[in-house]
Amino acid sequence: MNVRGPGHRRRRVVRAYGVAAAFLVAATLVSALVGAADLNPLATVAALLDKIPFVHLPSSLSPLDRAVLFQIRLPRVVLGLMVGGLLAVAGAGYQGVFRNPLVDSGTLGASAGAGLGATLAIAYLSGSQGHLGAGAVPVAAFVGSLAGVAIAYLAGAAGGSGAATLLLAGVAVGLFLAGVQTFILQQSTQDLQQVYYWLLGSLSGATWQQAAEILPYAVVSVAVVLLHGRHLDVLSVGDDEARALGLDPTRVRLIVIAACALAAASAVAVSGLIGFVGIVVPHVARRLAGPGYRLVLPLSLLVGAGFLVLADTLARTVVSPAELPIGVVTALVGSPVFVWILRSTSAVRT
Amino acid sequence: MSAITVHELSVDLDHVPVLREVTCAVKAAGWLALIGPNGAGKTTLLRAVAGLLPYRGSIQVDDADIGVLRGRGRARLIAYVPQAPVLPPDMTVEEYVLLGRTPHLGYLSSPSRRDREKAAGAAERLDVARFAGRRLGRLSGGERQRVLLARALAQEPRVLLLDEPTSDLDLGHQQQVLELVDDLRRGQGVTVLSTLHDLTQAGQYAGELALLHAGRIEAAGPAAAVLTEGLIARVYAARVAVTTGPDGHPVVTPVRQPAAS
Repeated sequence: MNVRGPGHRRRRVVRAYGVAAAFLVAATLVSALVGAADLNPLATVAALLDKIPFVHLPSSLSPLDRAVLFQIRLPRVVLGLMVGGLLAVAGAGYQGVFRNPLVDSGTLGASAGAGLGATLAIAYLSGSQGHLGAGAVPVAAFVGSLAGVAIAYLAGAAGGSGAATLLLAGVAVGLFLAGVQTFILQQSTQDLQQVYYWLLGSLSGATWQQAAEILPYAVVSVAVVLLHGRHLDVLSVGDDEARALGLDPTRVRLIVIAACALAAASAVAVSGLIGFVGIVVPHVARRLAGPGYRLVLPLSLLVGAGFLVLADTLARTVVSPAELPIGVVTALVGSPVFVWILRSTSAVRT
Repeated sequence: MSAITVHELSVDLDHVPVLREVTCAVKAAGWLALIGPNGAGKTTLLRAVAGLLPYRGSIQVDDADIGVLRGRGRARLIAYVPQAPVLPPDMTVEEYVLLGRTPHLGYLSSPSRRDREKAAGAAERLDVARFAGRRLGRLSGGERQRVLLARALAQEPRVLLLDEPTSDLDLGHQQQVLELVDDLRRGQGVTVLSTLHDLTQAGQYAGELALLHAGRIEAAGPAAAVLTEGLIARVYAARVAVTTGPDGHPVVTPVRQPAAS
């Protein structure tokens, strides 16, 4: 194709990846350098590079600073990268499955299920055995999130195989689960604050162990979603035509929904509910690269990871030594930025 | 080149019979136009042949049974262009045409250089390569129809199913699209099964017509045998005059009821 041929496409792809990767690296560095303990930037970068195999750099970081960097700050940065990437990829995947740009991992009953799971754990397990309760919350949220999606999927599939039916069933199941959660909270108001804090999301207390625990789920779910980018592009022309092109839309939907549910559940388990990322980041990716999911999905992974560590950096520094819930930051900072992005790139769309 | 044979095909939609024991055939590299009033079952017949509906009876393309073929194999044989396709407004023409390569790709593989070349060739052939980078939401009706055909052609099908390919087009673009389809049929040996609204055009382009009425074939054969004043009056409840046009094909002209005075 002559005028805007493959060369044009390739340039656009390279540019989009370049912008996303630069954003990710910058966000990671900022997050690693900024915090309560004042780490020397150069020494910190040297200490980080020193960790790369075959690179040996002397760093003037004191043992205490080293501990702060590697045991407190870095696990939090890495967990933030993972959570952001997972939420953004799940959001993009759901938007492709439902052909609806306003959907994210919360829409299909995942958030409500996670919320209910966490509430149950906090209300009934932490009373007498506080230690057990704290450990049970991530597991309960993980299971609740997956269960919410599974119930929504089964309820929707019973009403037909279409995307719209599934979405409506998801909304209904989500409202139902949220109702149950409210009922339980009414019964045990002393847990309100703990649940409320969890609902707004936080990465405080992040450990390497948490990152290691969700890593297998994260890798599998993200890989499956990324491999289905082309299928989501085919789905975007409708079920009928997808079928006429030899694709089974019901099967693709099931696979992608399952993978997205797993991705979001892994994130929710370690961070609580963080809204906004799953809806907004895929749209930023579309602004960078157009609507094709083969690009939108990997770009969402990069941009989502960067966005969340930046938001977390703000969450732990703005009112330091206290912390803001990260959900508040993503909404307060993310919304204006998103509107600005929509405005400044509107020429691409219209 | 592939022939389509439909034998005693019945389709129920929501428990209502829509097609009843329809039997018809399209010769290899032939063109059969389905005509008939709204709700006669034309689109349902196309969708059944596309493998999109459960049916009773048999539909064969050459020796292959449509009901037995799996999705990808069927899609390599048959391309289907619906009357009102979903066109994601932000997708570019190039990306859309490339979707036509889907049935030729393994489940997890990406379009290869060769797939891109085939898609580009289809776009070239239908003269849409000039605006390959344009978004689907910005196309005119005529461009849109050509892009749809380009996607179907990228599929390299042996059978082309077209549902009202000329709806929403002005007269010139209607003729342009129908000529393109006829070129594909003659040049590449593609077998065409289409619905067409305009009876005169159906007679001009399609070698054979099948007149559907209430889920049954009312008449089938060459245009001169199907486009008769009596049949049209009965099936469409319309008043028409059928004359012979300058090219020898029947011309169907609506006739107004004489004013009562």
